[in-house]
Amino acid sequence: MHSKSVAELSRDLESRKVSSVELTQEFLDRIKREDSKYNSFITVTEEQALADARMADEQRAAGNATAWTGVPFAHKDIFCTNGVRTTCGSKMLENFVPPYDATVTANFRQAGAVCLGKTNMDEFAMGSSNENSYFGAVTNPWGLSEGSKRVPGGSSGGSAAAVAARLTPAATATDTGGSIRQPAALCGVTGLKPTYGRVSRYGMIAFASSLDQGGTMARTAEDNALMLNVMAGFDPKDSTSIDREVPDYTATLNEPLKGLKIGLPKEYFSDQLSPAMEQQVRNAIKEYEKQGATVKEVSLPNAKLAIAAYYVIAPAEASANLSRFDGVRYGYRCEDPKDLMDLYTRSRAEGFGEEVKRRILVGTYALSAGYFDAYYLKAQKVRRLIQQDFINAFKEVDVLMSPTTPSPAFIQGEKTSDPVTMYLEDVFTIAINLAGVPAMSVPAGFVDGLPVGLQIIGDYFSEARLLNAAHQFQQVTDWHQREPQ
Amino acid sequence: MTISREDIEKVAVLARIRVDDEQVSALEKDLGNILDLVDQLGAADTDSVAPMAHPLDAVQRLRADEVTETNQREAFQAIAPATENGLYLVPRVIE
Repeated sequence: MHSKSVAELSRDLESRKVSSVELTQEFLDRIKREDSKYNSFITVTEEQALADARMADEQRAAGNATAWTGVPFAHKDIFCTNGVRTTCGSKMLENFVPPYDATVTANFRQAGAVCLGKTNMDEFAMGSSNENSYFGAVTNPWGLSEGSKRVPGGSSGGSAAAVAARLTPAATATDTGGSIRQPAALCGVTGLKPTYGRVSRYGMIAFASSLDQGGTMARTAEDNALMLNVMAGFDPKDSTSIDREVPDYTATLNEPLKGLKIGLPKEYFSDQLSPAMEQQVRNAIKEYEKQGATVKEVSLPNAKLAIAAYYVIAPAEASANLSRFDGVRYGYRCEDPKDLMDLYTRSRAEGFGEEVKRRILVGTYALSAGYFDAYYLKAQKVRRLIQQDFINAFKEVDVLMSPTTPSPAFIQGEKTSDPVTMYLEDVFTIAINLAGVPAMSVPAGFVDGLPVGLQIIGDYFSEARLLNAAHQFQQVTDWHQREPQ
Repeated sequence: MTISREDIEKVAVLARIRVDDEQVSALEKDLGNILDLVDQLGAADTDSVAPMAHPLDAVQRLRADEVTETNQREAFQAIAPATENGLYLVPRVIE
């Protein structure tokens, strides 16, 4: 059962082949048995999950079921869950129990899905290896059999590792600079970052508000579509949510790909990419050509500036967002503060980890008097240039394809000594967040036994087309079905 | 671009993060590296480019000025480090 997709589990529940209680218990048992190897969960909500499963079985019996009723899944620990601890991977929120649900949480609850628990992540979603979690690093299920402990990517490393290890069929995730696509690629699962504004950010703990976007992670494109059906939509509680109709993302999965125009950004097939990775990605693109797609080279001339622009904009917004953690209203408070300033500065020094503090300091610097124009304003202008590249590219082609990452999963500890080395991990994903367009990572092969991700990028609100392209690829390949040993 | 010890101390105060003396050298190096990376932006010609704040250039929605939320003070204060009679407690500010 644990290797079945959300779509299959949903059908099995519908035909009474299995009950939600049985299914939920099976996944809970797997987590208990297996997760000490991966550390992919921060909190497992066993009692709540079984209670929700019992309710889901009653709902099914009463004929009030949605596709999700009784299907187990997990939330990245960045989505607030009413009454269930939500840590965002930080000591600052180690004991934070939100008094409300994120909109995404409420949507899954409404649909009758059963939350197994909260997945591990880089602290405040800042990181590309999941080594910045206060609750310990996550280990990639791939590579373990060769005795190497590799990173799952980040920041949604717990979600990706849990899905890859079959501890949950699906998990929510968030993506500010690659935090869904990069871990999905490194763990061999399918992930989607929707258009900015498509999924509500309400109750999703903020990192960089103009870039943050909630999204999906599962093994198949079809399951990502089922997730997005629940998650997408206008939310008056999110001031940047977009009021636009939500299609049924599963309805167009089977459209033929004949005539699909694929662009290959030449900047993403550069010398940063290992030849073995490039070979896998080119093979994947050949599959699309076999299905009648056409391929041409395009250019994103300003993409090379994306990391620089991002490391102004994201830290600047983080420094403002994280100013709310003051040791007064909720979260960590230092022992015996001698005055108010001591309370603030020590609570924040002790409650935040090193990477989070670095980014707050960089952001504060970039926003401080005398530097605002040179850094923040300049980065926002470059951001528009980057966006314009994508707008121009989508005048010529329907989708862009590239590798998701320059290399497969690396060994834990390999890139922790210099923050900038780690930042370069997101070289192919970060421009997409700056432009605000949607993109996926789809399993597309292996290099040295480690998964390779194909990134598919679309124009604004083209999630249905991306999911269709990924689904069709998964009808003729089985990379997404491979299980780590 | 290098960042000085004084800059780091000043920024730490602005950010309300205590930075101990022995941490400053490491921060000088790490923040200096990050700012070096960021300095690539200087190469871009952005003279006639408008800054971009939202990918779809959306603006803040307005709503009627009506009370729509209910008061949940007790629920919110239940998770605070220290409260008394509905107030948040902090160290004495005025002697």
